[in-house]
Amino acid sequence: MLPEICLGFVVLGITAYAVLGGADFGAGFWDLTAGGASRGGRVRGMVQRSMSPVWEANHVWLIFVLVILWTAFPVAFGSIFSTLLIPLFLAALGIIFRGSAFVLRGQAATIREARVLGGTFALSSVLVPFCLGAALGGVASGRVPVGNMAGDPVTSWLNPTSITIGVLAVVTGAYIAAVYLAGDARRAELPDLAEAFRTRALGSGVVAGAASIGALVVLRSDARPLFDGLTSGSGLAAVIVSAVAGIATLGLVWTRRLGPARVTSAVAVAAVTVGWALAQDPYVLPGQLTLDQAAASHATLLSLVVSVGVGFLILVPSLWYLYRLVLQGRLDQEYEPLDQRFRPLEAGDPQRGGE
Amino acid sequence: MADPGFLVLAADQVTGALGKGPAPDALEARRMQALSLAVHIPIVCFGIAFPAMFLFVHWLYLRTGEPAYKALAKRWSKVALTIFAVGVVTGTILSFEFGLLWPDFMATFGEVFGLAFGLEGVSFFVEAIFIAIYVYGWDRLSPRAHFLTGVPVVISGFAGSFNVIAVNGWMNHPQGFTVVDGKVTDPKPFTALLNGNLWHELVHMYIAGYIVTGFIVAGVYASAWLKGRRDRYHRTGLVVALSFAALAAPVQIVVGDWAGRRVAETQPTKLAAMEGLQRTEKGAPFTFGGYYDKSKGEVEYGVQVPWMLSILAFHNPNATVEGLASVPPQDRPPVNIVRFAFQTMVGIGTLLALLGVAFGLTWWRKRRLPRTPWFYRAVMAAGPLSLVALISGWIVTEVGRQPWIVYETMRTADAVTSSNGLEVGFGILVAVYLFLGAAVFWLLRRLTAKPPETEVAAPARR
Repeated sequence: MLPEICLGFVVLGITAYAVLGGADFGAGFWDLTAGGASRGGRVRGMVQRSMSPVWEANHVWLIFVLVILWTAFPVAFGSIFSTLLIPLFLAALGIIFRGSAFVLRGQAATIREARVLGGTFALSSVLVPFCLGAALGGVASGRVPVGNMAGDPVTSWLNPTSITIGVLAVVTGAYIAAVYLAGDARRAELPDLAEAFRTRALGSGVVAGAASIGALVVLRSDARPLFDGLTSGSGLAAVIVSAVAGIATLGLVWTRRLGPARVTSAVAVAAVTVGWALAQDPYVLPGQLTLDQAAASHATLLSLVVSVGVGFLILVPSLWYLYRLVLQGRLDQEYEPLDQRFRPLEAGDPQRGGE
Repeated sequence: MADPGFLVLAADQVTGALGKGPAPDALEARRMQALSLAVHIPIVCFGIAFPAMFLFVHWLYLRTGEPAYKALAKRWSKVALTIFAVGVVTGTILSFEFGLLWPDFMATFGEVFGLAFGLEGVSFFVEAIFIAIYVYGWDRLSPRAHFLTGVPVVISGFAGSFNVIAVNGWMNHPQGFTVVDGKVTDPKPFTALLNGNLWHELVHMYIAGYIVTGFIVAGVYASAWLKGRRDRYHRTGLVVALSFAALAAPVQIVVGDWAGRRVAETQPTKLAAMEGLQRTEKGAPFTFGGYYDKSKGEVEYGVQVPWMLSILAFHNPNATVEGLASVPPQDRPPVNIVRFAFQTMVGIGTLLALLGVAFGLTWWRKRRLPRTPWFYRAVMAAGPLSLVALISGWIVTEVGRQPWIVYETMRTADAVTSSNGLEVGFGILVAVYLFLGAAVFWLLRRLTAKPPETEVAAPARR
């Protein structure tokens, strides 16, 4: 039972990171594709404003996944991180660039600074989910054996499944981000931006749906056990839930019900991560290491479950408080298109937003 | 290897859970890890101390309604959030590196010490949530609620360092598991968490956080002071930051003494390396300066003070201090690095304590700030010096632990990844951190260049 609970923590963490962290990376994708400095200034201003209060907390889900993995499934963690050294190192670099460039851009004083920092932020926002998705693909397709660098350092993450899941991670993040940004723009009373993000949500939603179907085709030829798991029994149920939630999100966005669309888009992603865990049951490393083999000793799992459980008693209300404040607009700063702020602030200026 | 003590030691060593593989690059991996830690640790100091400082100023504002206090608290909290954001990414790199560089350490011992990181994950989360609410909540939340949202930031900053230091303490003083035939069995996570090295390392680091943050922040205002900016805003910034640092610095000497005695007790070889003491001696001397000559096995050109080491390590002039020669050469850390770092830390720490005492005495006796410009120049120098002392201290702890990753249980070379080409990663990382350092410096300069009035000038518009 304890190993299952710990696996549940991992799946919960990956899901939360895919939805919340994914939305932040997706916002970077829209930042990247927003166009020239003045044309894209409005979109970028919205991205900056939406992400600022939440991206750090959203990012912590990744740390959460790592610590649960190395405590509860240490051998799996060691094997994954040694074989998948390259994509994970690239992801780590991307994380440095993404976070620091985002923070620095908030203080950019010239259009050139903003362009360089914005480009760094946006490019790494695409790099990170791709690399993390590719690493997941390497695990899910059974390319990570037990051992120190026991797998192939290149083909373990440059293979059809990895590339597919990497692309899917980027596209899904963009989709969720567009849904969330549309809601945020409406709350900021910027109907034209809300429409712009709604259009992006619809477009990327269709692409994400198509990519998911394409992914199943790739999995069928490249990772047959995973495909079989996803197309039978509980795995199939999860895939269906995801598809229904994804289509429902499209419908909700179409009819401009952006609040409920936040929930259904999250459900669509959660169903995929849960479905993936079900599909490779009983394995942690498919074909290599089962959940029971991977699990740390009873004492460790018990103390971890109790501690994290107690931690959740603090964490859940805290997260609830943060997101409630955010969704009520109580942490909102004044909206300002990003191309409008490029001169040093002077004492006589009215206070600017984003401060 | 004739001494039976060595054989007992060898029997306690583990073989990694991932099985034996080639370990080509332990030194390169150590460099990468050391670089990442050296970048992250100063940031941690701000996470430890800055929230308490801006909340204190915030409390002054709530009591007096003085706008300069509000401007200062607001400005500091924004700087803290920026530094926290950088800490989020540099901290992520560390957790990645645990796996990327030391997969067999994690695979073998993750179940023993991992609990601390589980708790750290929770406190990191709480910190991220509330620092965002606090900083973005200025002028948005009710004054009382807003002040209260700062409190979890202080607590989680402490909890976070507690948990991370617990793991480091454990690596230096491993307990809470049994080794049977080279395999780790029977982990007791709470025993590992509350290990014997936790408390002195935690207090030492926690106080260091206040010294580093206090002096660096005070240095900014000392420089403004010398340029003639002596209004209430700048004066408060200087006095508050300096008071935190000046209180902490003398205390650190007492804590350092405690830490040193703990090292003498639990890691005698590390102590011997800190002092360059070759042979076990009764009434051992302390040697200032000089360097350790490995071939001769003694410190050259140093100045010896008789009995002082025995007094420092055991508070007894006749105590016996174990020398490097009591373990085989392959089990000794690199002496000169550890020793040089140790003397640097102690030297700077002493100077900082004197500076703190000078400030405290002037304030207490004359109720004013010192008048000589040299005091302000010294404060400006104290910030960077305290950083050097901080990193030196960590070099003593970590290089002094070598060649072990888990003291006397697992060798660093047995924990490292089998991957080749780590020097490429190291080169990239150096470049990235140089970029990051320059960028953050630039950002903080820009933040502090804004006139403080902008923090409180216009009422916030929605």
